[in-house]
Formats: sequence, C-alpha cells, structure tokens
Amino acid sequence: MTLDRRSLVAAAGALGVSTLFGHRAGAQPSGTPIKVGGTLALTGPLASPSLIHKITGELYVDSLNKRGGLLGRPVEWVLKDDQSKPDVARTLYEQLVTADKVDLLIGPYGTGAILSAMGVAQRYGKVLVHHTFGIPGLAKYDQQFHGWAIGPEPEKTVPAVVFDALAASPKPPKTIAIVTSKFPSVHFVSLGAREVAKQRGLTEVLFLEWDFGNRDFGPIAGRIKDADPDLIFAGTLGLEGNMLLDALKKIDYKPKHHFYHVPAPGPMVKAPEADGALSITIFEEHPPFTNNPTAAEFVAAYRERATRANLPDTSVETQAAASFSAWQILEAGVKGANSLDDKAIATWLRKNEVDTIQGRMRFNEKGNFGADYSRVKQVQNGKWVTVWPVAYAAPGATLQVR
Amino acid sequence: MTWPSLNLLLQSILSGVFLGALYGLIGLGLGLTWGLLRQINLTHFAWVFLSAYLCYQMAETWQLDPMLSLLILPPLFFLVGMALQWAMERFAITAFNSLLVTFGLTAVIESVIQGLWTADYRRLETHYSDMKFRLGPLFLPVPELVTLLLSVGLALAIWAAMRYTDLGRALRAMAEDSAIAAAYGMNPKGMALVLAGVCAALAAVAGVCLALSFTLAPSQIFAWVGVVFAAVMLGGLGSALGPLLAGVVIGVSEAVTMAVASPSWAPIVSFTLLIAMLLLRPGKLR
Repeated sequence: MTLDRRSLVAAAGALGVSTLFGHRAGAQPSGTPIKVGGTLALTGPLASPSLIHKITGELYVDSLNKRGGLLGRPVEWVLKDDQSKPDVARTLYEQLVTADKVDLLIGPYGTGAILSAMGVAQRYGKVLVHHTFGIPGLAKYDQQFHGWAIGPEPEKTVPAVVFDALAASPKPPKTIAIVTSKFPSVHFVSLGAREVAKQRGLTEVLFLEWDFGNRDFGPIAGRIKDADPDLIFAGTLGLEGNMLLDALKKIDYKPKHHFYHVPAPGPMVKAPEADGALSITIFEEHPPFTNNPTAAEFVAAYRERATRANLPDTSVETQAAASFSAWQILEAGVKGANSLDDKAIATWLRKNEVDTIQGRMRFNEKGNFGADYSRVKQVQNGKWVTVWPVAYAAPGATLQVR
Repeated sequence: MTWPSLNLLLQSILSGVFLGALYGLIGLGLGLTWGLLRQINLTHFAWVFLSAYLCYQMAETWQLDPMLSLLILPPLFFLVGMALQWAMERFAITAFNSLLVTFGLTAVIESVIQGLWTADYRRLETHYSDMKFRLGPLFLPVPELVTLLLSVGLALAIWAAMRYTDLGRALRAMAEDSAIAAAYGMNPKGMALVLAGVCAALAAVAGVCLALSFTLAPSQIFAWVGVVFAAVMLGGLGSALGPLLAGVVIGVSEAVTMAVASPSWAPIVSFTLLIAMLLLRPGKLR
C-alpha cells in the first residue's frame, strides 16, 4: 500500500459517506435515464482486464448518479459482453445504437474491439470514448476520443521514455535484445523500439518475434541467454511476460535490465523473478498520483469493490486509470457541451482539455490523441512503483539496477 | 537463420520434450475416448482446467502439496467421467453429436470456473517452482520433470493394460465391434463407464501438471485444443503411446525451430509436419 496517509484518510472518509470522486453530492437526478451503451470482454481471453473496466465503470456511474447524473438526469450503463471478439463487438454496438437506442457510447477495452466499435460509431455519427486503444495511427474517426494518454506516436515515445530512464541509471545499457509477440498493439511498438534504439546508439544483439498464444518460451529464453544483452525489451502481452520470466528462471538467467510492454500487472508483481522488471504506466497508486483527491478516493473504492469481487490483484494501475479517465472525459464532454448531441460533445472535447486522474488530457493532435503520460514503473520488493520521470517517482523510489 | 550453440539446442530440445509430454498427457485420455468410445470429448479439456483450478484452490486454502492432490483429484474425476458417460449413454449421443454436446458442456464449465475463480489469472505458487536439477550445462525443472515422468508412466501403464489385461483386450474388442463383443459376454456399457472414468482421471492428472507449470485463466481452455488434437490425430486414435510420441515430435519441432529460426515459424513447421505425416500414414486416421 503506497497511498499517503492524508489521501487515504480523505478517501476512507469519503467512502464512509458515499463514492463521489472528489465532488459534492448533487441534487437527485430525475427524468428518463440517459443510457450509455458499451461492451466489455466479460468472457473470452480478454476477460481478465475487462473485470477492471467493469468495476471502474460501475463505481463511476454510481458516483455520477449521486452527484446529480448528467444534465439533471440519471445515468444508466447498458453493458453487453462482446466475448473478446471484435465481430461480436461490432454487432453489439450496432444493437446498442439501433435497438437499445442508447444516448451515448463508451468504448470497449482492447484495440481490436475498439476498432469495431469505432466503425459503428462512425456510421451513426456517435461520439465514442474508449478505454485502451493501442495503435493511435488507426484512429481515423474524428468523433472518437481515447482514455489512455499515450500520445499520437507511442511506437516512438514509449521506447524513448524507457531508454531515457535507463540512460539516467548508474549502468546505462549498451546492447539490447528486442523480443516480441506479434500481437498488433505491442508488435508495432517493438518495431519502433528497434528504430529508437538505433538512434540512441544501442547495439541490437537479438530480435525475435513469436505468434501470440505461444506456450514454449524455453528456446526464446535460451537465445536471450546466449545473446546476454544489457537490456531485454519485451513486446509481451498479458501472461507472455510471466512465461518469458519463468523460462529465464528455469535456465538460471537473470536479466540485467528488462522491460515488458503490456504485462499482466498482478501476476508479474507477484513473481519473485520479476524483481527489477520495468514496464510502462500512466498511473500507480502512490503519490504524486494519489495526491489528487479524486484519484485517492477512486483507489480506495476500487480496492474495496475488487476485493469483494474476489480479484487477486486489487490495485489501480493503467487499465483502471484509463477506464476511469474515459468516463471522466465523457462526463466532461456532455457537461461542457450541455447537450447529448454527439457533434456538440465532439466539438467541445476537441477544443478543451479535461482533468483526469492521469493528468490534463487534450484531443487536438493526430487521431484526436494528445498528451503522452507514459511513465516508467518497476517491480521493487513485490510492488510496482513509478521510477521515471523523477517528478512522478514514488516517494524515495529510484530506478534499481542489477 | 542462425546456428545455435549446442547448449541452446539441447536445452531447447528438452523444453520441447517437456511441453510435448504435457500435450501427450492431455491427449492420452482424449485419444482413448475418441478411439475406443467413438466420442470426441471436448469436455476433456474442461476437466483438465477444472482439475488445475481445484489443485490451485486446495494449495491456497489447505496448503495442500500439489503432489498430494494427485491422490484426491483423479478418483474424484473418475466418478465425474463415469457420470458424464452414463448421461451420454442415457441420451444415446452419437459420435458427431458428442462433439457438440461436449463443446457446450465445456463452455458451461468455463463459465462456472470464471464464476468461482473470476477471469483473472491464478498462479499456483509452490516450492516446486524453484526446484531444478542440473545435468552438465542443462537444467531440468522439477515441475516439467514430474509432468514427463507422469506422462511416460501413465502412457506405458495404459499401453500395458490394453495389451495384457482382459479388460484391455475387451475394450479393444468393443471398439472393433461392440455387438460381437457383447455376444461374447462382454458388458460394453460397463466397460465404457470404466474407460470414461479412467480418461477423466487422466485429465485430472494432466490438470495438476498444468497448474504446476502454467498460470491459469478460464479462457485458456480452448487454447490447448488445436495442438492436443494434432497430437492425438498424429499419434493415432485409441493409442496409448501415440499421443505422447506425437506430442513430443510437435513440441521438439517447435522448440528447435524457435532455437534456430524465428519463433513465429514454429507453428508453421509443426503443423506442416503434421500434415506431411498424416499424408504419409493415412491408415492411422481410421
């Protein structure tokens, strides 16, 4: 637990009354509910992170209604299960617009499903605020807005921030192994890392790609051991990071610096061999992030709800923060435009900035992406802590090197 | 393509053998049901995962050593397997329909697992995870070694039972012609119950091995179907040793490909090998 005492007390106090996320209770909303429609992968391979988005959405809608809803009306979240299948997501968004006649859309989790939802939103001229879209270059629709502040070119900025962090460490790497899953949203960042590494003068000693779903990481670990790089840049998704670490452990190889792009945060932080592992984040539950009272309150509320839902990892990090931000953006858009008209909401969002728990977000660059809040985190003593940029580092935390 | 060091090559082959042994262990029960009972029992994969989750839960709740769960889970699943076989018999499910019925049942079990343990990842943390032997420059992790020994031991035991015991011979006769076997005084229904129970028990053993080496998620159930089906088809339906040998061939071919070329070529190489071998040995598909 890394919440500072003041934030925690404030959050716990707020929870005792109700979950309002930094706002005062508003007048009781009345009238026909505003329906916000969306899907999540409640079943299928993406079900694990979707639980995070579900809990976050439920907390947010509860809070929103306690604060007076939207435009004085209560809000109802119409949530459907897209089964982790983009084609199902497309059908369900079509249903949400045409049959359920929802007023607003909130996007699913994951690049494939979001792309499907985006197509439907575009066909009907609806605003789509989505959670974690990994390839900004594919976001062509002008009324879509992201909840994950990774900037318009993460293939350049993600490797750059990681290399910056390591360049400032006592042992900057000179050689790099880039090993990557061919899953689209991590693969293109790994390819970008090759270019950025070259520009930074890092010598690439190994580049490997595997198909998503690979089960045998033994040979990949063996090749890494043979190459013995100063830095492993692993374009891994979900459990792949753990499987690679496990395979490295089995052949007694301890990486010097090792970075995992999209790890399963809970399993990775619990693996003893992951100590020192780096990853990217937009939010961790420690100061300075939790100095924001809304964030601190959300962290406490999320933990309580996730514990009740029997989730093994109850901490708030990138997924929950992006999801929470998506709801904040939707709320700000409707309130800013003072309307449910999609064009008016989109216009307002493009012209204005929105305060989120990640930071102030804007939507005025390529694909409506804007600020890049990618920060580097590291597993230290069984906890994820932000280590770079220094301004966002957990109190007393510095990048640890082997 | 790069030529790997001898150490890397040998370690990769070992890695492929270990994974292939798990393919073979999962495929053993599946192939026996398919070949001898004429049922394509997709529920087998669900049993494997249910067993893995139960092993995880017993370790979490009672701190039960996963090896001891091998004494509890197989008998339990033997009964479950018999119950399913009784239901299949009771409703006269045909071979083709068994695929549909067991697919549906697998989806139900996946939902039950998700309901009980959530969709989040679960990892069985045991002292076995850190245990390994060294053989010169090679590493032999204990969980994988246990899987290999169980897979080889059970495959040999089933092979011997099928070959040298009355029950085994009766099961093979039943698979050839159930009506004639019954005319000779055999009890096909009773034997089918026993065989289904044994296959489910084998799934339970495979589940414990899976939990020892892999992080669990309900949606992973279907991720194993393709490669295990390949091992079963390549090894021969109803064969005791075939799935293990085929699993090892697939595992090693993938591992060696990953060691010498791009890991993304591994499935292409192994499935090309599968197609080639099936074409060369069409009789095994009967």
